[in-house]
Amino acid sequence: MATTVETTQLDSTLQRQIQEAVERYVEQRLSEEEEKRRTKTKKLAIIATKGTLDWAYPPLILASTAASMGWEAGIFFTFYGLNIIHKQKSRKLKIAPLANPAAPMPVPNLVGAIPGMTAMGSSIMRLMFKQHGVATIKDLTDISIESGVKMFPCAMTMDVFGYKPTDFLEGVQPVCGATAFLDYAADADISLFV
Amino acid sequence: MAVLDHVDQTLDCQGMLCPIPVVKTNKKIKEMAVGQTLLMLATDPGSMPDMAAWAKQTGQELIGSEQQGKVYKFYIRKAK
Repeated sequence: MATTVETTQLDSTLQRQIQEAVERYVEQRLSEEEEKRRTKTKKLAIIATKGTLDWAYPPLILASTAASMGWEAGIFFTFYGLNIIHKQKSRKLKIAPLANPAAPMPVPNLVGAIPGMTAMGSSIMRLMFKQHGVATIKDLTDISIESGVKMFPCAMTMDVFGYKPTDFLEGVQPVCGATAFLDYAADADISLFV
Repeated sequence: MAVLDHVDQTLDCQGMLCPIPVVKTNKKIKEMAVGQTLLMLATDPGSMPDMAAWAKQTGQELIGSEQQGKVYKFYIRKAK
């Protein structure tokens, strides 16, 4: 009888000790993981597909901000987005007032269809941005490249649009395809399609 | 009453909008020595939450901030 009691007591003591050891271990591992997650350099991967003046801003603003926070950031410029890093075209990105009811000063579609309205709308937007102290697209591409944002030009689009690797801004990455960009983005913390 | 009576550097970002104040602050802080303080002035209406987030993400110390009319003042200490 006495032996049975002793065994039961030993078992419960052992059980408690094991329980405590497991809890300590799990707690420690969790805090190690949390620390790893907290201190890991964050990574932002953006795909920029639009080449109008308004759509050129968000990827550049987000990437340059990320770089300023010490994050790693990369943008894959594909389809019309390629114009954002095209030496000549990036200087004259446009926005069409036609069928754009969200414009600060909406223009009736019939008026927006008149030749020259796109150029005029673009000039007005540029002027508004300047008056409010918004950086230009050139400022933002310069800042992005300077601060280490990786600018990937899409090789396929370059070929289709008849551009050459030398048409892109100094400091961009070598042209690449979706595979190379997805490899870059595979361990990103934030991925955006613009 | 200013948060700090003395700062080592001042950066004027008044009239600039997102993301320029953050970009310039980050650049300025990189040039400074650990322990030095920076006063950054901004008028960007989003700068209060933005500067707090920047400090949190970079590990730099936002000692304090204040608003005077349309001007926001940020006191930052280079922590690392």
